[in-house]
Amino acid sequence: MSNITPVTTDEGAPDDLPEPGDAMGDKQHGAVNKTYGFLRAIPTTVLWFIVVLWSLPTMGILVNGFRNRDSQRNSGWWKGLWPGNFGDFTLENYDQVINARQSIGQSLLNSFAIAIPATIIPIAIAAFAAYAFAWIDFKGRKVLFIATVSLLAVPLQVALIPLLQLATNGAHLTIPLLDKTVTLIPNLGFGNTTTIVWLVHTGFAMPFAIFLLHNYISALPKDVFEAARIDGAAHFTIFWRLVLPLSVPVLAAFAIFQFLWTWNDFLVANTFVGANPDAHPTTILIANLAGDFGRNENILPAAAFVQAFIPLIVFFSLQKYFVRGMLAGSVKG
Amino acid sequence: MNPIFLGLVTIVLGVGGCIGYFWASNLVLDKVIFPAKGKNIGRNINRANMVRPWLFIFPAFAALGLYLAYPVVGSFVRSLYGRDGSDFIGLGNYVWLLSDDEFRQAVFNNILWALVVPAGSTFFGLIAAQLTDRLSWGNIAKSLIFMPMAISFVGASLIWKFVYAVDAEIGIINAFRAWAFDADPVDPLQIGFWNNFFLMIILIWIQSGFAMVILSAAIKAVPDELIEAAKMDGATDSQVFWRVTLPQIGTTIGVVVTTIIVLVMKVFDIVKVTTNGQFDTNVLANDMFDEAFNIRDRGVGAALAILIFVSVLPVMIGNIRKMQKEN
Repeated sequence: MSNITPVTTDEGAPDDLPEPGDAMGDKQHGAVNKTYGFLRAIPTTVLWFIVVLWSLPTMGILVNGFRNRDSQRNSGWWKGLWPGNFGDFTLENYDQVINARQSIGQSLLNSFAIAIPATIIPIAIAAFAAYAFAWIDFKGRKVLFIATVSLLAVPLQVALIPLLQLATNGAHLTIPLLDKTVTLIPNLGFGNTTTIVWLVHTGFAMPFAIFLLHNYISALPKDVFEAARIDGAAHFTIFWRLVLPLSVPVLAAFAIFQFLWTWNDFLVANTFVGANPDAHPTTILIANLAGDFGRNENILPAAAFVQAFIPLIVFFSLQKYFVRGMLAGSVKG
Repeated sequence: MNPIFLGLVTIVLGVGGCIGYFWASNLVLDKVIFPAKGKNIGRNINRANMVRPWLFIFPAFAALGLYLAYPVVGSFVRSLYGRDGSDFIGLGNYVWLLSDDEFRQAVFNNILWALVVPAGSTFFGLIAAQLTDRLSWGNIAKSLIFMPMAISFVGASLIWKFVYAVDAEIGIINAFRAWAFDADPVDPLQIGFWNNFFLMIILIWIQSGFAMVILSAAIKAVPDELIEAAKMDGATDSQVFWRVTLPQIGTTIGVVVTTIIVLVMKVFDIVKVTTNGQFDTNVLANDMFDEAFNIRDRGVGAALAILIFVSVLPVMIGNIRKMQKEN
C-alpha cells in the first residue's frame, strides 16, 4: 500500500497526478492507479444506485402531481415526461389542495397543535426516565426497563378502542355488593380535541423514546459522570448540564421521527377527532378531499407533497445537529 | 379563542409543566422532605437518593400505564370471552386460532417478514449512513433516501400502485414487460409466495430511511480520536469501518433491528391497502383487524393482539439482555 499517496478526502482522488519517487514503470503505474480509482469509485456508485432506486417510485407521484386528471388516469407517469406530452402539465391539483372548500389553513394549524407537543413532551419525559434507567442504581431497574420497552410491541389498533372510551367517558369502577360507582378518571372534556390526540401520541411514543435514548445515554463515557459526581453535582444538574447537551444527536433523531409519525398519522387522529371537523389535521382533510371510491384521486399526488413539505423542513433543520465530535476530549483512547 | 394562541398555550403549558415537574419535585425532595442538613444528614441523603429514580420515571410510567398497559390488560381479559363478550370461554379463542388456516398462513408470513424486512432495511440503512457520512452531497443523498418516510401512507400506497398495477399503462413493471418482451400483463401481487416479498419491498423502502437516520447519528458519535488513531496506524477506510466504526455502533444496530422487528410484527396498512390479506399474503395484524371489525368477533381479535404482543417479547428481552451485558 505504500506506493499510494494518502488520500485525505473521500472523493476526487487525484488518480492522474504523477507520484514522485514511485519505482514502477509508467505503464504499470497507470494500471494500478486505474484499478485503485475504480475501487475507490465503487462506494459512490453504490450510493448513486441506492439513491436512484429509492427515488424512482416517488418520481411517479411527483410527476403525476403536475398532470391533469385524464392523463393521470389513462397513461403512466413516465409518459408525462415525453416531450410531446408537456402540454398536459398543470398546477390545478395543487390549486385544488391548497384552495379547497374546507380551508387547509385550519387543518395545518391542527397538525402543528398535535405534532409539536407530541414531539417535545415525550422527549422531556423519556430523557429523564432513560437517564434514571442508565445511570441511577435502584431496585428492579432491569425488570422495569424490560417491561417498559416490551410495551413497544402493543399493536396500536388494540389500544384505540379502550382509550376512546376512556377519553369520552372517563373510567368508573363499580364495586360489587355495595353497588357503588367510583370515578377513577373523570371525563376531562378532552374528547374530540387536538389535546387528546397528542396525549395519546405521547403515551404511544414512550417505549421507543426510552429505548432509543437509553441506548445512547447509557453509552456515554463513565468518566464524565464520575468526575461530575466527585465535584458534588446532583443527578438533576448532571442531567441538565451534561446528559442533555451530549445527547443532542439522538434527541434530534428521535424528534425527526416522532414529528413525522404524528404529523402523518391518520389512524389515531381519525379515531379521536374524526367527528369534529374543526380539529381535523391535514391527513384527514386530504383523505376527505380525495372523496369516496377515489373520485378525486387525481389530487392525492399533489396532496402527498403538500403533506410531506413540513416533515422535510423538520428533517433538514434537525439534521445539522447530527454533529461529529460531541464527545471530543472526553474519551481517553 | 384564536387557535394559534390556544396552540401556543398548550405547548408552553405542556412543555413547561413537564420540565417544571422534574425541577420542582427534585427541589422539594432535597430541600423540604429530606434536607441535606441537620442531625440526620447522612440518612436524609440516602433516602433522597432512593426516591429520586422514581421521580424521574414517574411521568413515563403514568403515560405507559394509562395508554399502553391498561389496553393490553383490557384486551387480555376480553380475549377470554366469546364473540359478544358475555360468556367466559377461557382459552377457547386461542384454541380456535390454532386450527384456523388463515391464522397459520399469517404466522408463516409474519415470520418471513420478520426475517427479511429488518435485515434488508438495516443493511441498506447502514450502507447509506456510512457512505454519506463524509460526502459533500451526503445530505442530499440522505434526504432522498429519507423521502419515503416523509410521505404519508396515503401517498405511499399510490406510489406503489404505479409500480405494481396490472394495467400496463399505469404500472411500471407491466409497462416494462410489455415494452421489452411484449409480454402480457401479470398481477405481481397474485404470484403465490413471492407476492409477500413484493409487499416487503415497500416496507424496506420506507424503513431504510429510519435505519439510516438512527445509524447516521450513531456513526457521528464515534469519537474522532479512535478513527484518527486507527488511520495513524495505517488502517484503510474499510478496515476502519469493520474494526472501529461497526463495533462502536453495535448496540445501536441492535436497537434498529429490534425496533423494525417489532414494527414488522405489527405491520398492517401495507397489506390492508394492497391485497387485504388475499392471495396468501395475510399477516397477524390484518387478520386481527378483520376479526375485530369485519367478522365482528372481538374475542378472537383481542386474542390475536395478545399473541402479537407475546410473540415479540422473546426478541425484545433477548436483545435488551445482550445490550446490557455489552455495556
